Amino acid sequence: MAGKSLFDRAERGSAMILIGYGNPGRGDDGLGPAFSQRLADRAHSELEIDTDYQLVAEHALTISSHDVVVFADAQMGGETAFSFQEIAAGAPEILGSHSLRPETVLALCETLYGARPRAYVLGISGQEFGEVKEGLSERAKKNLEDAEAFFLDWLSKNTGSDVQLQQRADS
Amino acid sequence: MTEPRMIEISPVTRVEGHGKVTIHLNAENEVDEARLHIVEFRGFERFIRGRLMWEVPVIVQRLCGICPVSHHLAAAKAMDMIAGVDQLTPTGEKMRRLMHYGQVMQSHVLHFFHLAAPDLLFGFGAPAEKRNIFEVLKEQPELGKRAVLMRKYGQEIIEATAGKKVHGTGAIPGGINRNLPLERRDHFLSNVDEMIEWCLDAVKLARDYTLENEDLVSEFGSFPSNYMSIVRESDGALDLYHGSLRALSSTGDKIFDQVPYTKYHELIVEDVRSWSYMKFPFIKELGPDVGWYRVGPLARMNTASFIDTPLADAAHKELRAVTSGTPNNSTLANHWARMIEVLHCVEKIRELLHDPDLQGTDLIAKGDRREEGIGVIEAPRGNLIHHYKVDENDQVTYCNLIVSTTHNNEGMNRAVKDVAIKHLSGKEQITEGLLNHVEVAVRAYDPCLSCATHALGQMPLQVELFNAEGGLVDRRSQCI
Repeated sequence: MAGKSLFDRAERGSAMILIGYGNPGRGDDGLGPAFSQRLADRAHSELEIDTDYQLVAEHALTISSHDVVVFADAQMGGETAFSFQEIAAGAPEILGSHSLRPETVLALCETLYGARPRAYVLGISGQEFGEVKEGLSERAKKNLEDAEAFFLDWLSKNTGSDVQLQQRADS
Repeated sequence: MTEPRMIEISPVTRVEGHGKVTIHLNAENEVDEARLHIVEFRGFERFIRGRLMWEVPVIVQRLCGICPVSHHLAAAKAMDMIAGVDQLTPTGEKMRRLMHYGQVMQSHVLHFFHLAAPDLLFGFGAPAEKRNIFEVLKEQPELGKRAVLMRKYGQEIIEATAGKKVHGTGAIPGGINRNLPLERRDHFLSNVDEMIEWCLDAVKLARDYTLENEDLVSEFGSFPSNYMSIVRESDGALDLYHGSLRALSSTGDKIFDQVPYTKYHELIVEDVRSWSYMKFPFIKELGPDVGWYRVGPLARMNTASFIDTPLADAAHKELRAVTSGTPNNSTLANHWARMIEVLHCVEKIRELLHDPDLQGTDLIAKGDRREEGIGVIEAPRGNLIHHYKVDENDQVTYCNLIVSTTHNNEGMNRAVKDVAIKHLSGKEQITEGLLNHVEVAVRAYDPCLSCATHALGQMPLQVELFNAEGGLVDRRSQCI
């Protein structure tokens, strides 16, 4: 029995997807993956988690089956621990690199699949990006905790007050 | 008559990482010098020292957000040697090959459809707002959807063989830590024939572009050079995962052939220049002036005696016929070569999926430990060398990496200068469209300048114009 065809329209996923992205080998650039990994350790039926180095075109397909997408990334030069804002699709004048911006992924999603998920960017402030280095700076760790506390509260309010986030037994 | 001036393109767009191009014009607006500068220093070779050998195949994936699997496999091959393993189990080797074909396929698809297609479809001098993937999708929406699904297919193969998308752990010293479950195999098999059809269409697209624009392709960044890759040990066939070193001259004469890649340091020397962090390798016996060479898809088409999958082999023969069997020196022919390799990868994937060894359980081979290991593969952008030494505590004491973009350093610089001279010299005004010609030449090599730091708000494009005294005359900047 063959598996589901790759070419079928993406199956309806959970209501919300969180995509944490960045390079953990570049110090605080790993804030996005660190955030999604922390959330992955919590069971939540309405939240799907994805972790990646960077945003690429196929993320457009991934998000097309969700109502809400949250992009979690490191933020440079932020004055606060984190920022959280809703974004809309936007095509840049030039597709800059192998990696895409969240707005571009949204625009690709709409152009290719006719889907317009509601989208937010969670930018977590980091300080040390330049060196090849594992691990987060102390400030980034604190910012990560603050961002997580905020997001869990936001998630609870936006997925129903009766939803309780539980720590997985095996985490 | 104007004053001498310098133009800077920084960073070059639609390549991975940060680089800049400087073009020096004299008083007659003719190009005196043009260079590609690599403005970032990785320091990875120092970073890896002291790490345990078992960690290395995982850690090296942090070198690059685009081709982590290539580094994973090259490092694993080096660690095989240290583990004393010269021959993997059939399951170990075939799982790794499957991973590699998935990686090369998805990387090439991204480059061709998303990064190069706007230039090829609309022209190098088209308005900047026209040269993006959305304009491509407006004209050819099905092409865009195919590109996404082809990428996804390759990514899913990586995930199935490496264990996860980020920091996969599949390849370990001496073998692999998983096989391919039947349900995953069947999933990939259910789509592979259609994927091959799409690859054939992609080859045709690239081929038609090359042949229909023969005048442009034959002159744009086109110059003779040496070529190097690994080829299959027994017969010189294209082999992206394993083989021996072969280098050809621009006329197709063999400089060296079937040399074990563990002797790379006897053949290649890395030169250093003050204005770039990236080294300039050359073939030792020829010296730095004539010994530089190119690697990558087109180089592999030139060095390979044939391709061992029928559809890609037919396409390879057609490409070789354009230059009557001698090496093809046209930078833009890399796109055609790239699509032939995508077809080859999917043919190989289909072949492997029908092989029951992928469900085997003998995953790891063992041998007598050594203190030094060298692993070489053909990554999407070309030859990739990983070289390590370890001490009695299994800690890395030495690391040397020659990545594909470094091999191509001199070739890219020559391409930049060639295009700058042909397209910018004598022009009263240097427009954005003209500058894009230079970027097109760099992009054809799909260089990975290895950054993968992309935090929000980064990656501005800056073009700066300086006079002979270094004063800023003009600046253009946009956030991309």
